Amino acid sequence: MSKSANGDSFIKKLTGSKVFLPLVCLFLVILINVIKSPSFLQISINNGVLYGRLIDIANRGSEIAILAIGMTLTIAVSAGTDISVGSVMALCASCCCTTLVGYGVASANKLNYPIFIGVIVGIFVGAVCGCFNGFMVARLKVQPMVATLVLYTAARAIGLLVSNNQNTYVRVEEYKYLGNFIKIGKWECPIPTPIFVAIICVALATLFLKKTALGMYIQSVGINKNASRILGINSVLIIFVCYVICGLCAGVAGTVASSRIYSADSNNIGLNFEMDAILAVALGGNSLAGGKFSLAGSIIGAYTIQALTTTLLAFGVKTEQAPVVKAIVIVLIVVIQAPAVQNYIKNRKARKISAGGGEAVAK
Amino acid sequence: MENGVVLTMRGITKTFPGVKALGGVDFTLRKGEIHALMGENGAGKSTLIKVLTGVYDFENGEIHVEGIDSPIINHSTQEAQNRGISTVYQEVNLCPNLTVAENLFIGREPKKFGLIDWKTMNKKAQQIIDDLDIGIDVTVTLENYSVALQQMVAIARAVDMESKVLILDEPTSSLDDNEVEKLFGMMNRLKEQGVGIIFVTHFLEQVYAVCDRITVLRNGELVGEYPIAELPRVELVAKMMGKNFDDLASIKDADDTCIKDELIIDANGLSHKGKIKPFDLEIHKGEVIGLTGLLGSGRSELARAIYGADKAQTGTLKVNGKEVKINAPIDAMKLGMGFLPDDRKAEGVIADLSIRENIILALQAKRGVFKLIPRKEQERLAEKYIKEIQVKTASMETPISQLSGGNQQKVIIGRWLATNPDFLILDEPTRGIDIGTKTEIQKLVVKLAKEGKSVIFISSEIEEMIRTCDRMVVLRDGMKVGEISEDITQATIMKAIAGGDSNE
Ligand SMILES: Nc1ncnc2c1ncn2[C@@H]1O[C@H](COP(=O)(O)OP(=O)(O)OP(=O)(O)O)[C@@H](O)[C@H]1O
Ligand SMILES: [Mg+2]
Repeated sequence: MSKSANGDSFIKKLTGSKVFLPLVCLFLVILINVIKSPSFLQISINNGVLYGRLIDIANRGSEIAILAIGMTLTIAVSAGTDISVGSVMALCASCCCTTLVGYGVASANKLNYPIFIGVIVGIFVGAVCGCFNGFMVARLKVQPMVATLVLYTAARAIGLLVSNNQNTYVRVEEYKYLGNFIKIGKWECPIPTPIFVAIICVALATLFLKKTALGMYIQSVGINKNASRILGINSVLIIFVCYVICGLCAGVAGTVASSRIYSADSNNIGLNFEMDAILAVALGGNSLAGGKFSLAGSIIGAYTIQALTTTLLAFGVKTEQAPVVKAIVIVLIVVIQAPAVQNYIKNRKARKISAGGGEAVAK
Repeated sequence: MENGVVLTMRGITKTFPGVKALGGVDFTLRKGEIHALMGENGAGKSTLIKVLTGVYDFENGEIHVEGIDSPIINHSTQEAQNRGISTVYQEVNLCPNLTVAENLFIGREPKKFGLIDWKTMNKKAQQIIDDLDIGIDVTVTLENYSVALQQMVAIARAVDMESKVLILDEPTSSLDDNEVEKLFGMMNRLKEQGVGIIFVTHFLEQVYAVCDRITVLRNGELVGEYPIAELPRVELVAKMMGKNFDDLASIKDADDTCIKDELIIDANGLSHKGKIKPFDLEIHKGEVIGLTGLLGSGRSELARAIYGADKAQTGTLKVNGKEVKINAPIDAMKLGMGFLPDDRKAEGVIADLSIRENIILALQAKRGVFKLIPRKEQERLAEKYIKEIQVKTASMETPISQLSGGNQQKVIIGRWLATNPDFLILDEPTRGIDIGTKTEIQKLVVKLAKEGKSVIFISSEIEEMIRTCDRMVVLRDGMKVGEISEDITQATIMKAIAGGDSNE
């Protein structure tokens, strides 16, 4: 085979890359926005903090991005979605707030414990939920959808129990930092904190997957559980770990969401977030059948969804109707990913190569 | 179309990204003939078949089938079936979680009032299975049976469909002589009925036993078509490999044993319920042990119990003189064991991962999740084993699923060599591997033994074991019934398997 020229191979590399399609999707959404309202890209400083659509998308998309990390792993390892993450977020928020202000308190401006204790409790509860899901899926071999359905229905209700059916407002300035802006003395950070949280989570996950063999194990188990066991991987443990990580992510996302509204609104926190997280993974070019995955793709997918949501709202689509448009997007993605369509594209490519590179091959 | 010809393929060209799998291949199949399609691993045999049956499309060429005037292109295997071409693919592609009966009748279930008539289906299925003398329960899900039995089911399914052309892509790779005999009987019956049969195999004896004609491929090109009488064995090998090669040359000198006194494995009363009854086994350092017995005699199961693939439920195991407890394969690996399973698709390949990843995974698992093998090291290892066992591939980053069957097997062997085991269990290591490489692997086993390592070698080819093994363990009905350590010949082994009382 003849080697193609350098420029050619760069384009090939780019278009062949797993994140190419997701990036195109994100770009398209932004492009539509820019055409519609040129002010879309503007970023200004108001009251010492950054304002603008892009900032808004980056900020609001944080929770989905964090959830998408965990969701990517559970899908990769078990071809199963964790549909409990949204409810678990609400539970974690309740546990965090209740720890801080005490059981049955509707609103408080004094804390029982330092804030970090509350946050740790919230995240810990997420991990516990992850352990439960992981045990059901990995050990008891329950279908992931069914296993996580338990907490999908129960977690939010438990959250209400924990907070005694109240919203549990934490009216302490510092509690708002995690979901809004950090202030140190007179200085206020101009960038919303959730963006940092998302960056830290993604960085940690990437580091962990790249610097250990975990990423390879997850793919291996996701593709062929039995073969992985024979070659020395503890498949059960790996699946369990993925669900725990997913629970952790839900815990982090839950506390951030709670801090945004400095309360534990169990009825609304994380509502329908599991769908967005799953969609983010799919949009990221990851197969929902498990196996190989791209974390970067999922993260791009997460922000694409947020951009889409923000756009719809900006275009005056009512909140209730936004899901219709999202559904259309899902259909499109599923169709593009469908093996029949993929084969068609591949075959066209192969044919082009054999037609174009005919002489090279014939030799 | 000529008289008596059922199928012609002319100038078939098929390209995969980066690989020219077929370059203008011609193939002609006549009525009532068994036609061998031969070639090394990656020569393009399976691809030619898949192009014919609509699994892949092709760029150039024409396919004609008797009774249809214009050239045909099959777009799906179903379409091919409707045109009278039924196929057993190299990798068993039945549904493991359906019953045997369902697998036999999937897509053509007997109906009653528009619903599947289970009773008739099960009855007919049992009939088919009994006709073939396979002796399995058709209402049990397929995954409960070994690869060999699954292969028989796949064959039964293909044969039961009325067809003009029957394609068998390495159907005998995991069958014993007995099953092969049954298959040949069946093939000859169909041949008399005028069915054209395409037969792919790496077993030359089988070719000369049943085939009428041979077509040889090499590197995706047609070498030629020959009547069987005009192509003696040596020449066939030369045609396939493109050079002279004596695959029957001895690989081991008689006095060349290097068995030491120390035991590496000392098993006492190991068993796994329903699979292998309690057995004792001693293996010395530098020894090659062959496990032999009929299909389902428990030869794989014995090995699996030692390795912990199926955890031993009773008995004790000493490795290097120390008593050990093996709960999972990783425990065995940490003790220096390696295990190449016989079911490549279910327990071997990690399909979408690259060749590199497939080679280093076991070593990685042995080192632990936190000690990632550096990329450079991974590449060095992959390159080493790709070269050493001659994997035919464009790059080490190719997904293993895109390799030909034999080349996938080579990669899995490489995976275990990379872990540098002291005790290696090879369950049908040469399955689907061409004769050139087969000899290489046998040599490799002998070389490992010379280095003081021990090997359990399981093969349905007795000839192969005679060439490599120092001692044979005979199994029957899930039980170890004897050992042969002197005078290992075809005759003594056959006698022991069949149950001659001298070995009880
Ligand atoms: N799906 C695929 N994608 C890319 N390349 C492929 C694919 N399938 C086969 N090939 C390539 O085509 C060539 C021919 O493969 P094929 O499977 O036809 O070999 P084969 O003659 O059947 O070998 P074996 O005896 O090992 O089964 C090989 O080089 C292989 O790597
Ligand atoms: Mg093949």
